[in-house]
Amino acid sequence: MKAVSLRNLCKTYKNGVQALKGIDLDVEEGDFFALLGPNGAGKTTAIGILTSLVNKTSGSVNVFGHNLDTELAAAKACIGLVPQEVNFNMFETVSTILLNQAGFYGIPRAVAHDRLEKYLNKLQLWEKRNSVARGLSGGMKRRLMIVRALLHEPRLLILDEPTAGVDIEVRRSMWDFIREVNNAGTTIILTTHYLEEAENLCRNVAIINQGKIIENEKMSTLLRKLNTETFILNLREAVSSTPTLLGYKTQLTDDHTIEVEINKEQNLNEVFTALTAQDIGVVSMRTKSNRLEELFLSMVERSPDTSKKAN
Amino acid sequence: MNTRTAANLIGFQTIIRREYNRIIRIWGQTIVPPGITATLYFVIFGRLIGSRIGDMNGYTYLQYIAPGLIMMSVITNSYGNVVSSFFGAKFGKHIEELLVSPLPNYLIVTGYMMGGLLRGLLVGSLVTGIALAFTHLHVQHPLVVASAVILTSMVFALAGMINAVFAKNFDQISFIPTFILTPLTYFGGVFYTISLLPEFAQKISHLNPILYMVNAFRYGFLGISDVNVMLAFSLMIGSVVVLYGTCLYLLTKGIGLRE
Repeated sequence: MKAVSLRNLCKTYKNGVQALKGIDLDVEEGDFFALLGPNGAGKTTAIGILTSLVNKTSGSVNVFGHNLDTELAAAKACIGLVPQEVNFNMFETVSTILLNQAGFYGIPRAVAHDRLEKYLNKLQLWEKRNSVARGLSGGMKRRLMIVRALLHEPRLLILDEPTAGVDIEVRRSMWDFIREVNNAGTTIILTTHYLEEAENLCRNVAIINQGKIIENEKMSTLLRKLNTETFILNLREAVSSTPTLLGYKTQLTDDHTIEVEINKEQNLNEVFTALTAQDIGVVSMRTKSNRLEELFLSMVERSPDTSKKAN
Repeated sequence: MNTRTAANLIGFQTIIRREYNRIIRIWGQTIVPPGITATLYFVIFGRLIGSRIGDMNGYTYLQYIAPGLIMMSVITNSYGNVVSSFFGAKFGKHIEELLVSPLPNYLIVTGYMMGGLLRGLLVGSLVTGIALAFTHLHVQHPLVVASAVILTSMVFALAGMINAVFAKNFDQISFIPTFILTPLTYFGGVFYTISLLPEFAQKISHLNPILYMVNAFRYGFLGISDVNVMLAFSLMIGSVVVLYGTCLYLLTKGIGLRE
């Protein structure tokens, strides 16, 4: 079953900006789906329409088969939203915010209390249950929004930049938790600027640019499209000039580091063999940038609308 | 009761509980100031100045103004509760918690209206208690008193919501209470019978809706009114219907709330 189905979805704002230019998108039930795109691409507008915070101009939206125009309440009941900006009452306590939200979704108070304890514990916020929200750190506020979105145990969880401004340790624990939620059967749509996050978590991906979907497929298929990858090799001994690696684009960045660009037809074994022949040892190696990031940038740059804009 | 109805009922109760908790949480802003203001009115207008004014329509001045002062506090607080709570939710973006939920719009409107009604009645009861410390209040028509205060509170709670929907900043939520509501209330027969006014001013006073509300309420207590009580009730009921319909329309269309 399709968790989300968007058909010819358009949005033109009052100021004339066309945020969505007829997008079609399907997200399967149980999927962990990444919706990526540069700032102003239309991601948040699409999510806004899906969650009824933005009025669509035209097109249709279905959530688990419930049409937003005809079965709004049923569609809304399926969705849990973690928005980009903090949007809870800063003067209320953590528990009050959560119990209110559960109440708006019709969850009986006793059930809400049990779930609140379960999810606050899972996201290490239980100790803060009686704290006023404005006293929480940025990371805690983000986690509180995740707990709030899960209290009615939605079938679809939408995470709009959930880890923005969150330190790496908290981010990793949030990833683990979100994976767990997905493994339990909840469909997840994630938008993020941390492409490493999308690459690690998501199975399918759509890239949106200038209000259009420019790519929509499996993450693994998408990553295979990457033609070249740059590796940074840290050398055991200092070298005075760039080692000779025939057929490879190589650059010496400092006397202990070289960058080697490798395309699909080449392989790392040849590089290591050539370096060993020159008595150059490699201590460690890493990719220069995230693979998805490289692909994303190349796709957005190639997108006709972006090219037109650049010209 | 089906599942959706039961869920809606829980959501509706949650809005009312949240509004009640808000009123109690910030009692220094919601309950205490109207109590102090009412006490000052009763001391200054009732005791100090009122004793020199003498009787009005057969009642002491204090007895005459007491229903008007109670109604004034109900109007101000019903309006103030919804305008500040709804605009605060809009400004802080936590109105989105309600907008994304499956709760139908009519329950959101009714929930906020009930919040205004709750504060109006709480403050109205407080001011009634203060009035009783200064004078005797005879209730001649209890049902008229109850229905007038409830309808008036609903009218101004809904009006406050419309103000909050359109307001873009905090100045715009204080504009109407300061420049429209307060003058209309003061000229709405709280402190005097309009029969004291010249004929021209009496005719203008009849254009003031608050005059009808105050007089209907006063009729419930004292059995006297400057206006036709049936007309006053028709006006109040009509206003509730029109304002409720307007709030529902604004929320459904998302005006001022959704892009």
